[in-house]
Amino acid sequence: MEWKFLDDIPIYLQIIERIKVDIVSGRYASGDKLPAVRDLATEAGVNPNTVQRAFQELERQGLVQSERTSGRYVSIDDEKKKELQRDLSQDCIRKLFEDLRNLGMDDQMIKDAVGKWEE
Amino acid sequence: METLVCEGLCKDYGSIKALNHVDLSLSEGKIVGLLGPNGSGKTTLIKMASRLLVPSAGKITICGEVPSEKTKAIVSYLPDRNVLPEYMNCDELVQMYQDFFSDFESGRAYEMLGSLDIDPKMPLRKMSKGTREKVQLILTMSRRAKLYLLDEPIAGVDPAARDYILRTIISNYDENATVLISTHLIADVENVLDEAIFLKEGRIILHENADELKEKTGKSIDEYFREVFAC
Repeated sequence: MEWKFLDDIPIYLQIIERIKVDIVSGRYASGDKLPAVRDLATEAGVNPNTVQRAFQELERQGLVQSERTSGRYVSIDDEKKKELQRDLSQDCIRKLFEDLRNLGMDDQMIKDAVGKWEE
Repeated sequence: METLVCEGLCKDYGSIKALNHVDLSLSEGKIVGLLGPNGSGKTTLIKMASRLLVPSAGKITICGEVPSEKTKAIVSYLPDRNVLPEYMNCDELVQMYQDFFSDFESGRAYEMLGSLDIDPKMPLRKMSKGTREKVQLILTMSRRAKLYLLDEPIAGVDPAARDYILRTIISNYDENATVLISTHLIADVENVLDEAIFLKEGRIILHENADELKEKTGKSIDEYFREVFAC
């Protein structure tokens, strides 16, 4: 997997986001092991402490559990996964609205356009 | 535990104040960027930590000790120019490092030489400038030091090798070691940094956690640097 980072957002937040997306999309299932801090840091070309900080935050949010000796595991039930999906999708929708308002559309126009959208 | 501490550190070259009352404290386990324009004092600071220069005033200590033969055993220094004998090849250099430094691990050196396709039988003088720099960095990172002082480690190598070198640094330093990297190629190194130090005309004008700096300024460190040091 290729890692690309935006310039203006702290990297640990971008790592958290990426792992959350991987969990929601099913790339990580509950019980799957996360890579070791040093391995992920080397792969992504970032500081190991940054990865550590991201993992700790994921733990604090209850999405990841750490086993003393064997590493960190994804730990999420279906309900929590739905909740996470909702949170992430809210961010996407907020961004869409911001971008489209920037183009001069009002909220009703945006909703209409989204309703008619066919890919 | 503090790996490197400077208190009121000054270095004068005649009337030029290369370093002017620098107070600095670096703790273990951190990768720190020493960033500043040309002539801001980066190399001077690194040379004092490796005891190639002595302070004009103030104090510098490494793991509590004033720089000496004793600290050289725990400090791995990469100079900003080639200092290795040009007639030697990598086999001989690895042997020399092993003789000089008890914390040197030749296995790691050969592994890195191998993954960069460097012929251990080729003398340095036949190598390109970039390859020589890679060899020097490999030797530096193959020690199990407490403090790595890397003076412009990526300036002369191509972008692909830069990525490899940065990954080498990440995967090779111990969790309780400190890595100080001086560079003006900020965009290339900023993702690996824990902390950033901005040096301007011999003074530290900023020393902050890299993530917090990004959060606070909403900018990359590279962008922020360009703003602070705009000519």
